[in-house]
Amino acid sequence: MNDEKQQDAGVPEGPPEKSAVIAFTLNGTAVTVHATPDRRVIDLLREDLGLTGSKEGCGTGECGACTIMVDGRTRLACLMVAAQLEGRTVETVESLADSDTGRRVRDAFVTHGAVQCGYCTPGMAMAALAVVRESPEADRPAIREALSGNLCRCTGYVQIIDAVVHVASEER
Amino acid sequence: MDPLQIGQSRPRGDAAAKVAGREPYAADAYPDNRLWARAVRPGVPSGRIVGLACDAALAVPGVVKVLRAGDVPGSNRQGIVHKDMPVLADDRVRCCADAVALVLAESPAAAAAGAAAVAVEIEPLPGVYDLDAALAEAAHLVHADRPGNLLARATIRKGDGADPLARCDVVVEGTFTTPVQAHAFLETESGVARLQPDGTLWMQVSTQSPFRDRFEIGHALSIPYDRIHIEAPCLGGGFGGKDGATVQCLLGLAALHADGRPVKMVWDREESFVAGYKRHACRLHYRLGARRDGTLQALHARIWYDTGAYAHLGAEVMELGMEHAAGPYRIPHALIEGWCVHTHNPTAGAMRAFGVCQVSFAFESMMDLLAQRLGMDPLALRTANALVRGDTNCAGIHLETSTGIKACLAQVARHPLWREREIWRRQAPPFKRRGVGLAAVFNAAGYGGGVRDAAIAKIEMDPTGHFIVHNAVSDMGQGNSSAFMQMAGHLLGQTADRLRIRQPDTRTAYPSGSSSAGRTTYTFGRALTFACETLKSRLLNRAGLMLFLQDDDDLVLEPDRVRHIPTDRSVTLAQLGAMMSAEERVCLGQFVAPTCKPVPDTATGFFIGFPHVIFSYSAHLARVEIDTLSGVVQVTNYLAVTDGGHVINPAMFHQQIQGGVAQGIGYALYEDFITHHGRVRTEDFTTYIIPGALDLPEIVSVACVEETEATGPFGMKGIGEVAMNGPLPAIANGVADAGMGRICRAPLTPERVLDNGVRAPATAQLQK
Ligand code: FES
Ligand code: FES
Repeated sequence: MNDEKQQDAGVPEGPPEKSAVIAFTLNGTAVTVHATPDRRVIDLLREDLGLTGSKEGCGTGECGACTIMVDGRTRLACLMVAAQLEGRTVETVESLADSDTGRRVRDAFVTHGAVQCGYCTPGMAMAALAVVRESPEADRPAIREALSGNLCRCTGYVQIIDAVVHVASEER
Repeated sequence: MDPLQIGQSRPRGDAAAKVAGREPYAADAYPDNRLWARAVRPGVPSGRIVGLACDAALAVPGVVKVLRAGDVPGSNRQGIVHKDMPVLADDRVRCCADAVALVLAESPAAAAAGAAAVAVEIEPLPGVYDLDAALAEAAHLVHADRPGNLLARATIRKGDGADPLARCDVVVEGTFTTPVQAHAFLETESGVARLQPDGTLWMQVSTQSPFRDRFEIGHALSIPYDRIHIEAPCLGGGFGGKDGATVQCLLGLAALHADGRPVKMVWDREESFVAGYKRHACRLHYRLGARRDGTLQALHARIWYDTGAYAHLGAEVMELGMEHAAGPYRIPHALIEGWCVHTHNPTAGAMRAFGVCQVSFAFESMMDLLAQRLGMDPLALRTANALVRGDTNCAGIHLETSTGIKACLAQVARHPLWREREIWRRQAPPFKRRGVGLAAVFNAAGYGGGVRDAAIAKIEMDPTGHFIVHNAVSDMGQGNSSAFMQMAGHLLGQTADRLRIRQPDTRTAYPSGSSSAGRTTYTFGRALTFACETLKSRLLNRAGLMLFLQDDDDLVLEPDRVRHIPTDRSVTLAQLGAMMSAEERVCLGQFVAPTCKPVPDTATGFFIGFPHVIFSYSAHLARVEIDTLSGVVQVTNYLAVTDGGHVINPAMFHQQIQGGVAQGIGYALYEDFITHHGRVRTEDFTTYIIPGALDLPEIVSVACVEETEATGPFGMKGIGEVAMNGPLPAIANGVADAGMGRICRAPLTPERVLDNGVRAPATAQLQK
């Protein structure tokens, strides 16, 4: 862990002189990327770093499909720009299985039938991870509330809530 | 690990990869050296293109090319049945989504800047933006060759048609309107394409119809079908909105002009709202007549579908709605008239429940109006008139397949949410009113008459003795690929780890139709059962050879081996795989869904898609609580009892039902795609509201399995569509039950609830 990695983010959006060097921790690894400071984090992750687990459902902060964690709090990658990551600790869905809690979230989503098309799922799983980490005492209504910023068009949420309620009960 | 079994509730095969973000969607492809394509959509709903200047766009750094109609090599027309929608408009624009140019650029930002720099001059023409304007005498024509702005005009006449209404003891009447609904899948329309060195157009795209896409692309761009290669990875939602070309023809055109570079196109959310297909807005006028004892006698239904600018599947959507216009009831006489009307609104096309959820609102509201008028219990009225096997439905179809609506209603009658409704209603807190509403609904499965509903399934054993199901019908999230794995595992006696699925690829799978119409798992699944049975007997036969057995008796296929039971000798599948040629390790199975014979002569004006013979049925119950101060309706409990024949995987069955109900609740209460003079006003999730976790109740799904469907694989029939039909009428009936009046205009917004319930209480439109 923490071995210094250089990542060239390619700078497709502008001339090289506009690009900045941004250093942060990504899924437990220190990374340095070259990107324009205003590059959207969702594009940085998906296009430049190949981490396509985070999805873009709206690009305007309304759907939650791009939910990641920055310094342990959920953030929307479509509303953040690269410069805001400097010195931060970023977790994406690709690191979900790196922690016990994350693995429990993953397994509960699978066994409770929380996944259909799966496009909301990575963002939903990150939001779920945040709830069970921060407030494992949350009951069903509180979990509904906590996930209300993440839209799912397929499931009707019942089985997603089932999964998160289950993980929360395990975490208590 | 045990071999997979039909009927087992088990996790979907794709769930783990999807949670981890590892499932590759079309939108996730970022091929090296890519270009980005972006359509220029001027947003003018009706006009003549008089100028198109691209110089400024070409001067934008990063812009590589700007293509216009003249650069389209083929017919420049796309469409599934009628080819009437230009890839790039050449002369006229007919809706705000029409594209006039296509920008190719090195980055999305450059493509957007280039698109903004294309100078389009459009001379506005008169437009028709609602049904009345489009149908008015001497109305401006959206298409010069479609008089009266009619894409289709059709009639179903059963018995004596509407005439017996004059002799009925009681007649109720109502006029209903339904909104445009957007699919709002979370993965917007997207794909990548490349012109290969050998001249093949390769495309990886979010599509429900990879095989048929070749016809649309080939026609529009003049490319032979065998030179078009489509791959369809898992979709991030479809619901009908990716049935038919979205990005395909634009991407193909871009690839033809990209000097062999890959091209990527992803519509942003706004473009998806503007240019994606929609559910038809409808106006419905109903007159329903019955005897004093509640026996239904006659129906006259007149239904207008606003199909927008281009045909897509508009006529077929209307026809399916008409076929369902009388609900799952026995009515001896019916006249059902349909008009499919062009306007300059965004194009309406396929969406889950394909024309049926509109009529469901009307007929299930009418049933409650009738019950109220007769002083009958709404559940008893429905049960008394419910179709049973052997009846003739309103389209004149003799029902010979499973018909479970009565059993569904009986389960609702036994459920505490129904039985204890009075107590619950009385416990309404201050400033709230409570009501309980019902809906009995149905939905046909399959394409219907005139369109061969067929599939060719392919199963392969690889040289190591593992199995590959070559899926040919896209998995848009409904889980058909997992159902196919379960079927194959069940028939071949294999565990999940010995099976893989390959998502549709037009080069390695066979044409099997689209992922739609509640036919995906049914038709392909049945074909797959044949393929698996052939492969199984071939494997037993080869093993028998290796074991020097005279015949295949007493041989069993087990995970990883074929075993001879009496001697316990066996051959491993790896041994068999190594011995068999590639060709021998592949088996195909074919199935054509049953059709109606003879076709009754009840329908006129129908081109394809009439009639259907297999239907899923569902009885729904909604408990609603209305805030009398704000008019906000909250659905507190929801029950859906569904007849889908035998259930392959209960967990996935309930997923489909809950998801359909969720979209239906959205349709009932929130979703309203608004245009003003043909321009879209709801372009994001702030203005177009889909339900979030706080907007929905705990949706309870119950499978009603009294009858299996003999024609389906393992006795199943498709249930993807039917759940969408119940919520709007069940909720409207619940609101009326709460004493807030009958609302005939969806969605049931707080303003409409207040208008209706407080300012003008209980104004049901009753006649006679
Ligand atoms: S993509 Fe970020 S919130 Fe929708
Ligand atoms: S599973 Fe499809 S959007 Fe949630």
